[in-house]
Amino acid sequence: MREKLEALQAEAIEKVQQADNLQSLQDVRVAYLGKKGPITEVLRGMGKLSPEERPVIGELANKVREAIATALDNKKNLLEEAALNEQLQKEAIDVTLPGRPVKAGGPHLLTSIIEEVEDLFLGMGFEIKEGPEVETDYFNFEALNLPQDHPARDMQDSFYVTDHLLLRTQTSPVQARTMREYDGNKAIKMICPGIVYRRDTDDATHSHQFTQIEGLLVDKNVRMSDLKGVLLEFSRKLFGADREIRLRPSFFPFTEPSVEVDVTCKVCDGKGCNVCKHTGWIEILGAGMVHSNVLRMSGYDPEEYSGFAFGMGVERIAMLKYGVDDIRHFYTNDVRFLSQYHKA
Amino acid sequence: MYVSLNWLKQYVDIDNITPEELAERITRSGIEVESIERVAPESTNVVVGYVESCEQHPNADKLNLCQINVGTETYQIICGAPNITQGQKIAAALPGARLPGGVKIKKAKLRGVESHGMVCSLQELGIDEKFVPKEFAEGIFVFPEDTEIGTPVAELLNLDDVILELGLTPNRADAMSMLGVAYEVAAILNKEVKQPEETYQTSDNKATDLVSVKVEDAELNPYYGAFVIEDVTIAPSPLWMRNYLMAAGIRPINNVVDITNYVLLVYGQPLHAFDYDKVATKEIVVRSAKEGEKIQTLDDQERTLKGDEIVITNGNEPIALAGVMGGANSEVSDDTKNVLLEAAFFDARAIRRSSKHHNLRSEASARYEKGIDPNRVQRAGAYAARLLAAYAGGKVAQGVVAFDELNREEKQVKIDTASVNNRLGTTISDEEIASILTKLQFGFEQDNSQFTVSVPTRRGDISLFEDMLEEIARIYGYDNIPYTLPEGEAFAGKLTTKQHLKRQLKQYLQGAGLMETITYSLTSKVRTEMLVSPDVLEQEVFPVKLKMPMSEEHSHLRLSIIPELVDTLSYNVARNQENLGYFEFGRVFLSKEEQITEQPTETARLAGALTGTWMEQPWQQEKKSVDFYVAKGIVEGIFAQLDLEPVFQQAQVDGYHPGRTATVSLHGKVVGVVGQLHPTVQKAFDLKETYVFDLDIAYLMDQYEEVPSFRTIPRHPSVTRDIALVVDEAAHAGDIQRTIQEAGGALVQQVQIFDVYQGEHMEAGKKSIAYTVLYQDPTRTLTDEEVEASYNNIIENVKAKHDAELRS
Ligand SMILES: [Zn+2]
Repeated sequence: MREKLEALQAEAIEKVQQADNLQSLQDVRVAYLGKKGPITEVLRGMGKLSPEERPVIGELANKVREAIATALDNKKNLLEEAALNEQLQKEAIDVTLPGRPVKAGGPHLLTSIIEEVEDLFLGMGFEIKEGPEVETDYFNFEALNLPQDHPARDMQDSFYVTDHLLLRTQTSPVQARTMREYDGNKAIKMICPGIVYRRDTDDATHSHQFTQIEGLLVDKNVRMSDLKGVLLEFSRKLFGADREIRLRPSFFPFTEPSVEVDVTCKVCDGKGCNVCKHTGWIEILGAGMVHSNVLRMSGYDPEEYSGFAFGMGVERIAMLKYGVDDIRHFYTNDVRFLSQYHKA
Repeated sequence: MYVSLNWLKQYVDIDNITPEELAERITRSGIEVESIERVAPESTNVVVGYVESCEQHPNADKLNLCQINVGTETYQIICGAPNITQGQKIAAALPGARLPGGVKIKKAKLRGVESHGMVCSLQELGIDEKFVPKEFAEGIFVFPEDTEIGTPVAELLNLDDVILELGLTPNRADAMSMLGVAYEVAAILNKEVKQPEETYQTSDNKATDLVSVKVEDAELNPYYGAFVIEDVTIAPSPLWMRNYLMAAGIRPINNVVDITNYVLLVYGQPLHAFDYDKVATKEIVVRSAKEGEKIQTLDDQERTLKGDEIVITNGNEPIALAGVMGGANSEVSDDTKNVLLEAAFFDARAIRRSSKHHNLRSEASARYEKGIDPNRVQRAGAYAARLLAAYAGGKVAQGVVAFDELNREEKQVKIDTASVNNRLGTTISDEEIASILTKLQFGFEQDNSQFTVSVPTRRGDISLFEDMLEEIARIYGYDNIPYTLPEGEAFAGKLTTKQHLKRQLKQYLQGAGLMETITYSLTSKVRTEMLVSPDVLEQEVFPVKLKMPMSEEHSHLRLSIIPELVDTLSYNVARNQENLGYFEFGRVFLSKEEQITEQPTETARLAGALTGTWMEQPWQQEKKSVDFYVAKGIVEGIFAQLDLEPVFQQAQVDGYHPGRTATVSLHGKVVGVVGQLHPTVQKAFDLKETYVFDLDIAYLMDQYEEVPSFRTIPRHPSVTRDIALVVDEAAHAGDIQRTIQEAGGALVQQVQIFDVYQGEHMEAGKKSIAYTVLYQDPTRTLTDEEVEASYNNIIENVKAKHDAELRS
C-alpha cells in the first residue's frame, strides 16, 4: 500500500504540473482528492490492515494528500497570476494621451495679499474688523482729528452722497468705530481691510476704488518703538527675512508723530535700482502714534492709554510684490491677469 | 515749494554739504524732498557779448549778421532772433559751447556766410518756457546795460543753481518760505539763521497823511498795515531777483510786482502792491463782501462775491479779494508812480473759503489758508519797502498806517523727559532734549527734566505735547528709536466664524473652477436697474447716488454684482477668452430712501457668472457647455458648505431666461436666483449662453450653525428602494422629490434622482423620472415591514399629488 500511495503522489503531482488552466487543475483536484478519488479509496481500505500498519499508512496517506493539495494550491496561484497578467495586458492604455483637464479657479490677487496680511497679524494677536463703506463725515473725518475746514481735507477728495455721508476715503473710520465699541477701557489690537474711494481719475497709478488695510493697537504704555518692532516683523514676514525698514517723518491728522515706512528694495537689495528710484528703499505704509484728540474723542483717556496705527494700500503692496505695472489690472479682471497668480 | 540752494545760502550755511546729502537729511528729518534739479548744468562757454553791429544777412531776409564783442575777441555770429539789435548785451554761445539737451556749438556756414557761435534765448539756456519774461519769450534774452562783457552767463542767470522740490504736508506751512526752510536746515545742520536787513530810509512825507486804514472785523483781519512808496519807476527787477523768482516757479513781471513776490517767498508773508493813485479815495476799508458784489481780479475774471469773502475796498468798491488776488481797478502798471503796499494778516479759514468758492488759488492764498507767522507781517512789509527804494527808486513815506489787534504771543508747551521716553521707547537724556530745542531755535525754560517750551510763532502747527514729541523724535532721528514688541498680553488672534466661512466659501468656489473677481462698487444708473435679484427687489430699495459723480459710468452704488460680472465676462470674451467662470464675494448698497439721508444697508452677496465650455476632452470627444445644472450644482455646493438645504423654484425674473431660471429659497424665504441670462441681455453684452447666480450670502451665513460636536457615523445598514414614475412632462422633479421626502417619513435619509427619460417608448407628453430612496436609522437595523410601509405611502402620495404612474 505504501508503494501505491507513493506512486499516486508522483502521478498526481505530474498531472498538476501538466495542467495549463484552472479548469484542468480543478479536474486533477477532483480526480485525486475527490470523494471518489484513489486516496479516499486507500483510506477506505485501511480496515483490512493490521492494527500496527493502520496508523503508519494513515499517516502516510495524509501526507500524500497534503503534498498533492499543496502542489494544487501552488499551481493554482501560478495560473491565477498568469491569468491576471494576461487580463492586465489587455487593459493597457496609451498613457501619453492628454489627461482630462480639471477646471482650476483661484483667488483674486488682492484677496491673496489681504489674507496673507491678515494671517500675519492674526499670528501677532490682532483681530479683523470691518465697517461701512458709506460712512458719516463724523467717522471718516471728524473722529480722526480732521474737523471741517481742516487743510488736510484737501489731501483726499471724496465722493459725497449727502452733506454728511460719503464713500469712506480710508479704512480708519473702522478704527474709530472699534474704539467706541471698546468703551475706552479695553486694549485693542485690530486690523481692518476694506475698500475705499477717492475722487481720482483712473490711470496706471490711480484708481477711484482701491483697498486698504489699516491696523490699530491701543493699550497702556504703547511706545513708538513697539510700532517699529511690529512693522519690522510684519515687513520681514511679507517681503523677506532679510528686509530692513526705516521711518520718515510725515503727516496724518490722526497720528502724531506720523511717519512713512520704507522697506529695503528687494529688486536691488537696497543698492539702488529703477524700481526704488535709486534710493534702495520702497515706501510701503504710513503709520504713527494715535493722536490724543482721536483717543479722547473715542472715549480713551490719553493720560492712561496710548496707541499706534498704520495703514497700507493693498494694490501698492501687490504691485511691489508681483511687479504689477498698472493698478487698473486689479479691476478689469482679465482672466489672463488673474490666472497668472494661480497655480493652475 | 521750490527751494533754490543759491538763494538759501544767503540765510543758512550749506557750503559743506552736497545737494544730494542735504536733500536726504531734510527728507529723513521732516520734509520730503521730491526732486533735486540742476537748472542747466550743461551750459558751458556761454558769455555776455556786446552786439557791435547787426546787419541783414546778404542771402537771407530773416537772418542777421552780427559782430559780437565778448571782451577778448569779436565773433561773427548769424542770428535769426527778431529782437536782436545793435548795442544789446546778449548771451553768446561760442564755438565749443555746450547747451542743454546735448547741443554742441560749432563753426558753421549759413547761406554762404560763416557763423562762429550762437546768440541764445533763455529757453536755449535751459530755463523753462513758462518762467521766461514775456518780452523775451519770442527771442533772445537781453541783459541789463551795466552787465560786464565776457561774464559767464551761467553765473548771471543762476544756471549753476540746484533746486530742491519740497513736498509739504499741510502741517508744515512754515516751510513755504525761504526763512522757514532755513530754520529747518539750520536745525538739521546745527547752524545759525541769517536774517535779511529790513531797515530803510524814509522821505519827509508821512504815510498817515497819504492814506487811512479802517478794518470792520478784527477777527477776520487782525492786522492791516499800509506803506506808501512814492515816485517809483516801473522797470525790470534786478537780474538776480528775476533768477530767484524763476527758480521758485514765478514769472518775473516788473520790479514792484517782483519785489512783493520775492518778499513773499523770503518770509512766507503775502504782500500786495496797489497803484496808489488808482485808490482815489486814499482810504482803505477792509470788510466782508456784500452778496452779489462784483470785482474783476488780476486774472481778468469778473467775480460775483458770495458774501463771506473778505474784500479790500477804497471805501466804495472792492479793489482786492483779500488774501487771494488783487483787483484790476488798482493794478500796478507801467505808468504807476506811487505804490500803496499792503502787509496784512487774514483769518486762515476765511481765505480758504474764499479761494475754494472762487476756485482761485494763488501764492498768497496758499499761505494765508494754512496760517502765516504774525511776527513776520511788519518785517516783510519793511523789507519790501527797502527793496522798493533800492530797485524801483521809490521814496518810502514815514510810518505804517495800521490797524492792529494781532496776537503775536508764543504758545507755551510743557514737556518732560520721562513722558517723551515713555511714548517713544527711548532713553533720551535731559541734555539731548535741551540740545534739540536749541537746534530748533525754540525758546525754553528747563527745570531738570521739565521743559516749558516757547514755540516760535512761525510754527503755528505746534501747540500740544505730541506736537513737541514729534519735533524731538524727528530731530533725534527715527533710526535711533529701538525695535521693541508691545508689552500687552500676547495671544494669537482668530478669525470669527463668519470670516472663516467667507474664506471657506471662496475656497470651495475656487475648487469648483471659478476665478475670483473684484469689480467696482460704483456703477451707472442703468446698471442699478438691471439683473437685481428678486430677494433685493422685493425689499423695495433704491440705489445710493453720488452728489457729484465724476462720470455717469460711476455715479451709483450697485444693487447687484451680476451686471459687473457679466460686463467682466464680456470684456474677456472680446479678448478671445471664451470659457469663463467667475465669482465675486462683495457688497451691495441698499437704501430704503429715494433721497438718501441715512447710511444704506451694506450687505454681502455671493454671485457667479459662467459661459462657454465647462468641460472638454477633445480626443475623447467629450465637450460639455455650461448649463443651468452646472450653475445650480455650484449653488447647491455653496449651501452644502453652510449645512443648509436650498429649495429651487421655477421663476420669471427680469433679465433672465423665462424657462431656465429659479429662485433659491431657504426656509420659505427667497435668498437669491440662479439661471440663464435672457438672450437679449446676452446679446447686449455680446455673450453666448451665460448662466449666473446671486445669493444673499450675509443672510445664509447668519443661518449657519456651527456643528457643536462630532456626528456619529451610522453603524447600522441602510436600505434603498428605487421608484420609477411616469409623469406629465411639465411636472417638476424637485416637487416630486419633496413629496417623496415628506411622505417617506423620518427614516428617509436621502432621495436622489438617477434617471430622467423622455422620448421613444414613452407616451407623448409624458416623461419618466427615477428616484432612489435611502432609508436608515443610526440606532438600529430597519425591518422590511417599516420600509415597505413607507414605500407604499410614498407611492400613494405621488400618485395623488403628481398624477404619477409607476413605470412598469
Ligand atoms: Zn531697488
